[in-house]
Amino acid sequence: MTDLLSLYRTMVRIRAFEDAAEVASQGGVQAWGLSASAKPALVRGPLHLSTGQEAVAAGVCAHLKPADLLTSTHRGHGHTLAKGADSTKMMCELFGRANGYNKGKGGSMHIADFSVGMLGANGVVAAGLPIAVGAAHALKLRKVDAIAVSFFGDGAINRGPFMESLNWAVVYHLPMLFICEDNQISATTASAPMTAGQGASPRAESLQVPALKVDGNDVEAVSNAAAKLIAEIRAGAGPRLLHAITYRHKGHVSVDPGTYRDPDEVRKALERDPIKRTRQQLEAAGLGAQAAQVEAEARAEIDAALAAAEASPVPEVHEAYQDIVTTGAGVWA
Amino acid sequence: MNKVVDTITLSYAQAAAVALSEAMEADSNVIALGEDLGRGGVFGQYRSTDGKPLVAQFGPDRIIDTPISESTIVGAAVGMALSGLRPVVELRVVDFALCAIDELINQAAKNRFMFGGQGRVPLVARMPIGIWSASAAQHSQSLEAWFAHIPGLVVVAPSTPADNYGLLHAALESGDPVIYMEHKELWGSTGPVLPGARVELGKARTVRAGSDITIVSWSKQVLACTEAAETLQAQGISAEVIDLRTIWPWDREAVLESAQRTGRLLVVHEAVQAAGFGAEIAATVAEHTNARVARLGAPRIPVGYAPSLEAVSRIGAAKVAAAAQALLQR
Repeated sequence: MTDLLSLYRTMVRIRAFEDAAEVASQGGVQAWGLSASAKPALVRGPLHLSTGQEAVAAGVCAHLKPADLLTSTHRGHGHTLAKGADSTKMMCELFGRANGYNKGKGGSMHIADFSVGMLGANGVVAAGLPIAVGAAHALKLRKVDAIAVSFFGDGAINRGPFMESLNWAVVYHLPMLFICEDNQISATTASAPMTAGQGASPRAESLQVPALKVDGNDVEAVSNAAAKLIAEIRAGAGPRLLHAITYRHKGHVSVDPGTYRDPDEVRKALERDPIKRTRQQLEAAGLGAQAAQVEAEARAEIDAALAAAEASPVPEVHEAYQDIVTTGAGVWA
Repeated sequence: MNKVVDTITLSYAQAAAVALSEAMEADSNVIALGEDLGRGGVFGQYRSTDGKPLVAQFGPDRIIDTPISESTIVGAAVGMALSGLRPVVELRVVDFALCAIDELINQAAKNRFMFGGQGRVPLVARMPIGIWSASAAQHSQSLEAWFAHIPGLVVVAPSTPADNYGLLHAALESGDPVIYMEHKELWGSTGPVLPGARVELGKARTVRAGSDITIVSWSKQVLACTEAAETLQAQGISAEVIDLRTIWPWDREAVLESAQRTGRLLVVHEAVQAAGFGAEIAATVAEHTNARVARLGAPRIPVGYAPSLEAVSRIGAAKVAAAAQALLQR
């Protein structure tokens, strides 16, 4: 049960981060029938929230070591936090501040902490897959005792790099875990009518990549499946795929009210909220007080992150010309 | 006493293979990946001078034969570069590199900036350009301007074996993502190579000094421009020929100095003239000097298969000489 409390802590920290970022983003973009507010939001531009999907990030990353490498999607805050990134430096990045992880150059869609092996969220669907496979390839060639992991959505499996990367990982027998975080929707369109067959796991199995399909809103189920697959990968068995079925509580971006979804479907999904379910399990095990403490700590952590981000400096203009290229640096026109 | 190093005669393809094998011997993190590398590359550009595929020396873990998966060839190379390797990516022809355009433009070129300098992507992506006799529309393009347009990329186009040797070494040492564009009709050309020599990225080479007109080119058309300069010389016209060698960053200092001195600039490239890189050079020279400028590139048509059609897209010495004469008469 202490393990469950630890998983709960990760989920609650992600939820607190997402909720805070969501509030800070309101009014930031003109889209979805809404107009931008006169005062720019603190978090600007597209903000893709993983609210409701926390169990996948928490359950998988609980079994990763600092040396393991990770790529993520445009919806990547949860994976980044769960891999060990600092919530204040993340929030500073979302706020576009100079002391964010990317010096304010990337924002939410490119959140990353290379120092903990988190090689980046990505603004292009399925783009993280080949990068992770290359990282796994490098780990193998350099004889590093670590694995690479890529989170991707159900939309990504309809892009070519998904098939190419699965094939590549098998051909070179790489230490690679593929995780399809299947929230059942591709931007604003239901994935099922757009997808032949049963999705990620049978496609992986057709290439001899063993796959497990789990309830992605059951953090223990995710954790147990990830533990099994990761142990096999570390033992040298080659690539594996985890197909976790979950649900995106929010719209495609933070200002998208998601009115294209059946309210009944949303109501039922909220009942399966992974945090609510785990909370009930902890209470049943007599750990309600500990759960409440975890929640209070998460709120305090994120409140501090928000305050630090708001007080942080914006990037100096000259930073626009830094970190681009070394050859020919200084000539920009 | 200085040690004397003799030049050796190598083909353009061999020069690159020698540079690559030297880099691989010096640094175990340098690897190469792409289709057909196990057989030495489809153009023999991964064969050592004794004709053996480089894989015989370095093994299949370092000369990596890949599936026909261009997106993942380049995407994996980005991941490898972020994880400590220095990959050389073979894309066979630039036309196939278009299958990996996301990985080249959105990933390799953007990574360093987008992630605030947390990582760098030291990779060299080889994607030969140019008309290759009778190869038609999808194997004949010269797309250097596409890549020169993208911040974060370096673009190189060698014209001689010596430059292919020296520039490939420099590209590997740069630590930047480099788009490395050899020319398919130069593979068999031979010339002297000085072992150990480097060619600095961004530095042009004055192939031939002259005083009446400056002709700037790169890749295979440098040969056409040199031949045209001989023709012009016989007519009493002194043409200076500059081989740009690196498209980005390009040596504007050398070009501006020469154009200011001769008063005439002709830029010649095999790529389609419209929106070609010649337009950038001509515009810069027009902005900064009093020189009259002109461009010569291919018409904006796909390269045809039949020799009579293909010839319409070819440049060559006669067209260069005619364009130079026309500019001098303006």
